[in-house]
Amino acid sequence: MKNLKNQKVRLISAELIFVGMFSLASIFLASQLGEQTKFSSSGKLFSQPAFWPAIGVLGMSIFSIFHIVLNVHRISSSNPVKEIMTWVRSLEFLGWFMVYVFFVPLLGYLISTILFTTLLAFRMGYRNSKILFFAFSLGVSIVVIFKTVLSVKIPGGLLYEFLPGVFRNFMIVNF
Amino acid sequence: MELLFDSLNILLRWDVMIALLFGSIGGVIIGAIPGVGAAVAIAILLPASFSMDPIVGLTALLGVYGSSMYGGAIPAILINTPGTAVNALTTYDGYPMTVRGEARRALSLAYTASFFGGIFAIICLIFLSPILAKIAPHFGSREIFLASLLGIILVVLAHKGQVLIAGALASFGIWLNTIGLEPIQYSKRYTFGQSWLSGGVDLIVVILGLFAISQAIFLLTDKDKSQKAKAVSGSFFNGFRELLIFKRVATVGASFGVIMGMIPGVGEFTAQFMSYTAARRGSKEPAKFGNGAPEGLIASEASNNAVPAAAMIPLLALGIPGEALTAMMLSVFYVHNVVPGPQLFQNQLDFVIALYIALIILNIMVIIFLLFSTNLLLNIIRIPTHFLGLSILTLSFVGVYSLRNSSIDCAIAGFFGLLGFILKRLNLPIVPIILGMVLGGIMEVKLRTSMMRVDSPFDFINRPIAFILFLIIVLVISSYLLDIVRSISKKRFN
Repeated sequence: MKNLKNQKVRLISAELIFVGMFSLASIFLASQLGEQTKFSSSGKLFSQPAFWPAIGVLGMSIFSIFHIVLNVHRISSSNPVKEIMTWVRSLEFLGWFMVYVFFVPLLGYLISTILFTTLLAFRMGYRNSKILFFAFSLGVSIVVIFKTVLSVKIPGGLLYEFLPGVFRNFMIVNF
Repeated sequence: MELLFDSLNILLRWDVMIALLFGSIGGVIIGAIPGVGAAVAIAILLPASFSMDPIVGLTALLGVYGSSMYGGAIPAILINTPGTAVNALTTYDGYPMTVRGEARRALSLAYTASFFGGIFAIICLIFLSPILAKIAPHFGSREIFLASLLGIILVVLAHKGQVLIAGALASFGIWLNTIGLEPIQYSKRYTFGQSWLSGGVDLIVVILGLFAISQAIFLLTDKDKSQKAKAVSGSFFNGFRELLIFKRVATVGASFGVIMGMIPGVGEFTAQFMSYTAARRGSKEPAKFGNGAPEGLIASEASNNAVPAAAMIPLLALGIPGEALTAMMLSVFYVHNVVPGPQLFQNQLDFVIALYIALIILNIMVIIFLLFSTNLLLNIIRIPTHFLGLSILTLSFVGVYSLRNSSIDCAIAGFFGLLGFILKRLNLPIVPIILGMVLGGIMEVKLRTSMMRVDSPFDFINRPIAFILFLIIVLVISSYLLDIVRSISKKRFN
């Protein structure tokens, strides 16, 4: 029970840090309103290009600041570092995702996907050959379903250029 | 009759039927996997449906949308973990029934109640169609603007205890939608000199990031869990007979689903709680609720399954989505060149009827599938969470990259994935961002158009529907403010 209460307090502190960052970003965006949008002297207020961005950034700033003001008393002495570290840890998986995105145009969709699913499964601690085989099969199945069957638009990899004529075309079209 | 034949003509094609079959069965399977849900599936499958014929892509995604809640009841009943968030209330009575050895009965009741709720809502939709066809043309720009404004206010106010942050996030959605070239004067807004921002931020990229990538990260950073459920033996057909005994509970539940489903921002949760409360009040044994009362299970499942069809009413008639899934379905319609709104009922009524028939067929397909394959679905529940996370992350790539083959889109989706992950960790709402983007875009266009024809602010509400909508907005805001004043004075008094 005590742990649950501590977790709640930690989350509240982390929440206020998040909303604080959101507020700062909103205020920055609001300060850029004149620079980043057009407000001509002629024409009605509602038809100004700046009108809706202004509604958006002002809403973001006002609501988030009020949220902080009304919740600031909930901050406790406990630190939210553990929660923020979880956010930071999540960047690793975004990194995996972006590396995958980088390799698809180079190695092709099939090879990149198989490597991605199998290596990420290994990274997640799976050492059982059955699960690793499932990860490999998952990669193959996704490519076959989306690229081969559903013809989703994903270009062929640079690596395919080194394949012999007919096989090259086959790989570009299907994998 | 001719209209019916025209509608059937749209639907009765082998590719449409296969799409509906795969969509509906896929929806059940996705719903049965805790931690995935229809939003993630639709976000991933949406770009994949671009290459399909519009009606094929639409019916496939409609299948996923309409059937995921059926599947969500299975883990809710068997392992006390709702497959989709809206099946949470099903655990209250479903799991206690499993504990006392009545898993088959609970599942059978959940399936039949869901089926009843789904069909009941479609019948309501069919009967409401002629009325909608008459009312919808009276919705001009200002009425649609006011209805969208009402929608966004309701969505924000629906997040009790989080209204301010929901308002901030809805505003964030409105702002996001304005990035890029503005459509009338073609001036750039918030592009910071970056050419890749000129085209704006794609709604589908944001949806994929906020729903799919964030969920993948959530599962990958969580502890690896694998759920196990015991096989269920016996027939599931008895539920139909038992549903007849509790027909009043089912009808009231489905009615709540229809009414709440039509109101933007309210949706399944409110419908379920109202239906559950009404069933408990009307029961001879209210103490059994929460401890395995069949009426509780029926009330919950009949109401949540009535919502998808009912939520299609404002979407089809006015082009206004009420929650995240209908916002996604709006993108699905747009992508496939179908523009929901008053014109749809006037010009493409056969298409609307075809959608209703598709909804009926998908409900029949799903109930048949569930009655015979529940034990097969139990294997899906066993997928470890980390494996599920990596599957979603891999699938997210197809969704984002196939849009424009752009690495920048993937990076943007990654950013929204991180944002969605933080929001999920903090239990803050994601839906207002999506609705802010969708409704913000509608409001901008409609306000601009309508203000051209009005001289004073009072002219804006001088038409009956506009005036009624304005009154509802005033009423909703005043009742919310009144609630705040009441709670403050109550605190002071205590």
